[in-house]
Amino acid sequence: MASSSRQPDVASSVGGASAAPAPLLHPAVAAYLARHDGLADRLPGHRHDWVGALRRRAAEAFARQGFPTRRVEAWHYTDLRPLIELRFDEPLTAIDRPVILPDGIADAGAPRLVFLDGRFRPDLSDLDTLPDGVRVESLSALLEAGEDRLRARLGALAAAEASAFVALNAMLAEDGAVITVTSPPEAAARLHIVSAGTASADRPIAFHPRHLIRLDEGAALTLFESAVGEGATPYLNNTVTEVSLAAGSRMTHVRLQAEALGAFYVSTVFAEVGSGGEYDSFALVTGARLARNEVYATLAGPKAAAHLNGAQLGDGARHVDTTTVITHAAPDCASRQTFKSVLAGRSRAVFQGKIHVHKAAQKTDGYQMNQALLLSPEAEIDAKPQLEIYADDVKCSHGATVGELDADQLFYLRSRGLPPAEARAVLIEAFLADALEAVRDEALRAALSQATATWWARARAEAGA
Amino acid sequence: MSAMLKIEGLEASVEGKAVLKGIDLAVPAGEVHAIMGPNGSGKSTLGYVLAGREGYEVTGGSVTFRGEDLLAMEPEDRAAAGLFLAFQYPVELPGVGNANFLRQALNALRRKRGEPELDAMQFLKLVRGKMKALGMTEEMLKRFVNVGFSGGEKKRNEILQMAVLEPAFCILDETDSGLDIDALKIVADGVNALRAPERGMLVITHYQRLLTYIVPDRVHVLLGGRIVRSGGPELALELEEKGYGELQQAA
Repeated sequence: MASSSRQPDVASSVGGASAAPAPLLHPAVAAYLARHDGLADRLPGHRHDWVGALRRRAAEAFARQGFPTRRVEAWHYTDLRPLIELRFDEPLTAIDRPVILPDGIADAGAPRLVFLDGRFRPDLSDLDTLPDGVRVESLSALLEAGEDRLRARLGALAAAEASAFVALNAMLAEDGAVITVTSPPEAAARLHIVSAGTASADRPIAFHPRHLIRLDEGAALTLFESAVGEGATPYLNNTVTEVSLAAGSRMTHVRLQAEALGAFYVSTVFAEVGSGGEYDSFALVTGARLARNEVYATLAGPKAAAHLNGAQLGDGARHVDTTTVITHAAPDCASRQTFKSVLAGRSRAVFQGKIHVHKAAQKTDGYQMNQALLLSPEAEIDAKPQLEIYADDVKCSHGATVGELDADQLFYLRSRGLPPAEARAVLIEAFLADALEAVRDEALRAALSQATATWWARARAEAGA
Repeated sequence: MSAMLKIEGLEASVEGKAVLKGIDLAVPAGEVHAIMGPNGSGKSTLGYVLAGREGYEVTGGSVTFRGEDLLAMEPEDRAAAGLFLAFQYPVELPGVGNANFLRQALNALRRKRGEPELDAMQFLKLVRGKMKALGMTEEMLKRFVNVGFSGGEKKRNEILQMAVLEPAFCILDETDSGLDIDALKIVADGVNALRAPERGMLVITHYQRLLTYIVPDRVHVLLGGRIVRSGGPELALELEEKGYGELQQAA
């Protein structure tokens, strides 16, 4: 995990069996625990003992941890106070309303699951063309049924102790996608999960989707996730995704986070890759006032590989945070990370990347590159690469660069007739190119390019340029 | 005949140091003028000042281009007005495809002129013919702009841009530097092909060599930030023979 020492925000009564708010708990923590207590008899699957017990244990873990402050190492650069100070209610039952999908997303050409304020909406989804060997179910339905096969998967990778947000999710999750894939690469299985925050109420709401994805031996899946939202009322999207990849399976996971600009977004992905398997992810971040993308990838079997790439684009006073932990637990595994940040206005980015190599993980090949482009003197990035290596025969490298747009390049482009904003756009796109190239699917890459262009139009408008 | 480019008393400084100290020069449409001079005489500064590069401060004089105040324009507006600078050191643009860059530049200019933009197919058709004449392979279109290009390839790429953008006025800054004789001939052929009654050119060079292939109408000698002598093409040959020494002593 990213940090070994996590302390509760305010000293709390630790270890009590009851999750009832203790007097010394931070009011925000107490409020969430009260929400759990109030909902315990209504959340999906509450009739099944194991479901209730899972939620109670999560509540205890949440009470013990509280929300992290900046004194906690893993959260040193991200101040959660704006999120903690808001009171989020659970969403009202979603009313029928059209979902606004961002341009270029709707036609990503894959069967689609739509979640509105965290709840699965079959009426908005399109699963008619689901290929053989891909099973898609709603977490809510499986919880209600108390399915045993769910019991083995839910929380298997995402321990509530991992972070306050994982605990919060485990305590309050109502719904999510449960995906099981047996189809081989030839089947080219594709899926699109859309999360839309509607801010339909005039008060802040929070939702905590939990997605469970499992690829059986030799299976392959391309999953595109887009998180979008509308309105000015803040909401919290606190998603946890558990990805389990059996030997020789291969998953491409492309994510676009284009939440409403007043939203809070916390995503935690746990991916475990079996021998010879590959987890290939790309995350583009263009939205939310505060975004934290945490990815924990564990290379659990020999010759497994993880590629974590992404770009976070900041503007206004937004705060974007990417935190990754790659654990090499087996020999002959490879991990590659390329993350880019482009920051306009007074935006701020964080990149924390840790490569943890176990003693058994000989012949590890680990690479991490983090590059930032600052478009304004008021933009800022904090970067913290970390290598923790216990094996003696490994190849691990990391690098970080921070720079501005090159004046010579800008002049060259302008001297050929490109107006300044267009010239900057060309150079920003070029800066992102080698990270985006990792997305081999052309339709998805085009969708990401379009999201980048949308972000740039907004950043330019804000700068009055 | 009124000059296409008219420079009067132009003074400019770089980092507070005066480099151009009063330049007078008039290039009519249809003519090729050469600016010759030793290193440090202000040749490249003149090119950059005309193209509008930041950090080159104009401290006096004026430049009129096709009747307009050139110095008041932004670099992209100078390009739209028809001015083109072929760089001595073409800038590398990693991540920017050469074809896309060229098409975007062409379309930006066409937009400013109120002409319809070219789509990828129309553009490719246009650029193919021009590349062939410059001995360039189509593979160079797929590479990033100037990245991994040899010195000769970079210069040819500049001439290709010129051929595609068809500017009214071309400034070639030391386009001969770093070229072997074969590449020099190809580049010169490319430039000569653009010579036209309605187009003016300013060829900046240190050596006479290039002027054997691009025969200028007028030659000007730049020394210490001033034009100290002007003449016909024979002046270039004279300089080749005698060097700049004599003029430097006189200046």
